[in-house]
Amino acid sequence: MIQFKLPSLGADMEQGKLLEWKVKPGDPVKRGQVVAVVDTSKAAVEVESWHEGTVLELVAGPGETIAVGAVMATLLEAGEDAATAPRYQRPEKAAPAAAPAVEKAAPAAAPTAAATRKHISPAARKRARELGVDPERIEGSGPHGAVTLEDVERAAAKPAAPPADRYSSMRAAIAAAMSRSKREIPHYYVAETIPMQRASEWLARENAGRPVSERMLVGALQLKAVALALRKYPELNGFWREGAFRAGAGIHVGVAISIRQGGLIAPAIHDVDRKALPQLMRALADLVKRARAGSLRSSEMSDPTVTVTNLGDQGVEAVFGVIYPPQVALVGFGRLAARPWAEGDTVRPMPLVTASLSADHRVSDGHRGARFLAELRELLQRPETL
Amino acid sequence: MTAAEIRASLIDLLRTIAPELEPSELNPAEPLRNQVDLDSMDWLNFLVAVHERLKVDIPESDYGKLATLEDLVAYLARKR
Repeated sequence: MIQFKLPSLGADMEQGKLLEWKVKPGDPVKRGQVVAVVDTSKAAVEVESWHEGTVLELVAGPGETIAVGAVMATLLEAGEDAATAPRYQRPEKAAPAAAPAVEKAAPAAAPTAAATRKHISPAARKRARELGVDPERIEGSGPHGAVTLEDVERAAAKPAAPPADRYSSMRAAIAAAMSRSKREIPHYYVAETIPMQRASEWLARENAGRPVSERMLVGALQLKAVALALRKYPELNGFWREGAFRAGAGIHVGVAISIRQGGLIAPAIHDVDRKALPQLMRALADLVKRARAGSLRSSEMSDPTVTVTNLGDQGVEAVFGVIYPPQVALVGFGRLAARPWAEGDTVRPMPLVTASLSADHRVSDGHRGARFLAELRELLQRPETL
Repeated sequence: MTAAEIRASLIDLLRTIAPELEPSELNPAEPLRNQVDLDSMDWLNFLVAVHERLKVDIPESDYGKLATLEDLVAYLARKR
């Protein structure tokens, strides 16, 4: 029997509210199929299955708040029989409003590096896992602030506060993730001014022959160039987890998208290095549209291996971003504008953009970061190869 | 289609992208993208919508001429 659990949809997500099941008992489920819609602080996320099987039981019901890692449903594996399969025993809740228990902590809820750990008794840590609460966030009442079993149960018994509105819950989620980032990640920053004349001229020629609905933005070129540069600098593409760097399985670029009502979200475009530019542009347009409509897929939320932010439209020259944990790097682009550029003895106007890299010093050094930006600059001089 | 009708259509389309837009607060002689906070993707989506509604495909080389709502209305009135 397969236990289908609520996946982590980003470091800033601890729970979600089940809005709707897209499957019912007896339905076959394929890997990647949307099985449920869960409301998170940032969007209504279509949750995809990582497993193949047949739905045996829907453990959680619509309207229920579920902790990341909690069992939502059970699936039969090939060859299993519904009549003889063991039924999932839902652990008892600590209180009616508490989140359902979890079998195992999800990756994003995993303990942070030992050096930053609170004093948490083993019994309290085990109970916290069962109750789906993060013991690192609990105020301890024991000696030296140690988190006790009672502290965990008290925290779990507090009703999960329903967000007043999407904006305030998104703000709280961003606050938690960015505070964690600045607390845990030793950032370093490097920046490079990149001539964009060739890229701009190439793009203008390409777009001149395209109907408006198929035109590409310079942002798509920048995303592709970042992804190709990351192939040579894999230490900037992945995660810092449990005290070590884990390289990303692909280059899944999280695109920072501002929401009109406030806040932002950075869902992934998968395998950006392997997408042709027109395909990447379509993926980008679709992602921005769905992010702003509040409709994303779970893999887009959980898979980014790096983030790219572009504040050029807001007119700033450069942006030095805060890394989205557990990622280890963020690439920023400022405004693309003509500025003076010296070549030999002459100074002439040149379209320029400032690209920056914020990176995790536990994983890479400024030397490699600088070489990554140099690679990015070179790639943008050959737009026809992107 | 009169200039007033084009203007009304454009505001209609802008509000699909920026629902918070108050037409009375929009200065037609001031740069549009700043006032409505349209990023590159919003601008492209707006032009796609203009093409669908008014059947005018604005080439990228003309974007520079279209800073304000007035510019857009005059341009579209000429092209239609």
